[in-house]
Amino acid sequence: MTANESKLDSIIDEYNAEPGSLISILQDIQAEYNYLPEESLEYVAKRLDIPRVQVFGVATFFKAFSLKPKGRQQIHVCMGTACHVRGSKKVLEELERKLEIKAGDTTPDGEFTLETVNCVGACALGPVVVENEEYHGEMTPIKVESLLNSK
Amino acid sequence: MSQNSQTPRGEMVKIMLNGAEVQADPYWSLLEVIQFYGIDIPTLCHDEGLTPYGVCRLCVVEIGSGDKTKLVASCMHPVWEGLEVRTHSNRVIKTRKTILELLIARCPSSKKLQDMAALLELKEVRFEPLNDDCILCGLCVRMCEEQMVAKAIGFAGRGTDRYITTPFDMNSEECRKCGACMYICPVCELRCQGPQADTVLCSGCINTEPVCAPDYGDAMCFMVPCLSCVKGPEDVK
Repeated sequence: MTANESKLDSIIDEYNAEPGSLISILQDIQAEYNYLPEESLEYVAKRLDIPRVQVFGVATFFKAFSLKPKGRQQIHVCMGTACHVRGSKKVLEELERKLEIKAGDTTPDGEFTLETVNCVGACALGPVVVENEEYHGEMTPIKVESLLNSK
Repeated sequence: MSQNSQTPRGEMVKIMLNGAEVQADPYWSLLEVIQFYGIDIPTLCHDEGLTPYGVCRLCVVEIGSGDKTKLVASCMHPVWEGLEVRTHSNRVIKTRKTILELLIARCPSSKKLQDMAALLELKEVRFEPLNDDCILCGLCVRMCEEQMVAKAIGFAGRGTDRYITTPFDMNSEECRKCGACMYICPVCELRCQGPQADTVLCSGCINTEPVCAPDYGDAMCFMVPCLSCVKGPEDVK
């Protein structure tokens, strides 16, 4: 079992098993496991005494939640207007080629997750790639290689 | 169906309904008042036994006077003293038709939507058909939760990716297979397989005078061409 029940209990008890705190609880679980394991959602529904479908609905509604395991390094490519006109599409294509995955997927070794986002609020630096909360501005397809090898 | 049945009924308020002064219970929704006075406006996501949801927007009416008018979904709108309501103004009819066009573009195979289109005399659908099988009206979700108390289905995803599903997209143990969701679904029933069954808009009955859909209700029209609705020359105005 991926989800440890005592760990989940401590997260849920922190919010007094309040159904209104569902989002906060899911955020903490996501921070713990990097994704939302199905068993943990079942357990949350049982503890908070709310329909399972409600937990599932919330978990799929927000982009911050993922039901699939994520890679250790999460790469977000900004596809906002400013980044787009400065060539973010080429950067994304280069990343997809290098990692051999499509945007939204995780590499089979669980190392990288590649995702697109619509704006990270750093338009002056575009095209922006965010790697584990770290911002890399003025990206080019050539800089992609050094970005992937830096860790 | 007052919003709060425990509260004693307040005094009746006076509202202007299509220019006529009528009395209304302030605990009713605007749609209930309109239906109480026998005015027929199309509804889709509304059901007497379920909480109003206000998503299909077909029950749209115009409120206010002068320059300050606005369109509201009557099923979710409260009633207050002096409210001015128009249920069939040009603006309302135009909006209602556009909403129905969007719904039909999403689900052209629904009999209920096609009948409604004939009644509203919808002549064309300007949007690209999606041929989906769900309009996300939420009737099945509310039916499951409120009448069947099963809470087996719900919405997942958001925006254009929103869909109705069971938890984790798997067979749900909460589901008793009662079929209430299919019973209430407005788009599960296939439309009449008449002469133009594969077009976006059927409007087969639109050419008959009067439109037969309200008289025949759930009956299917299989005639090529539909003859059951054609009245003799003496009936036609």
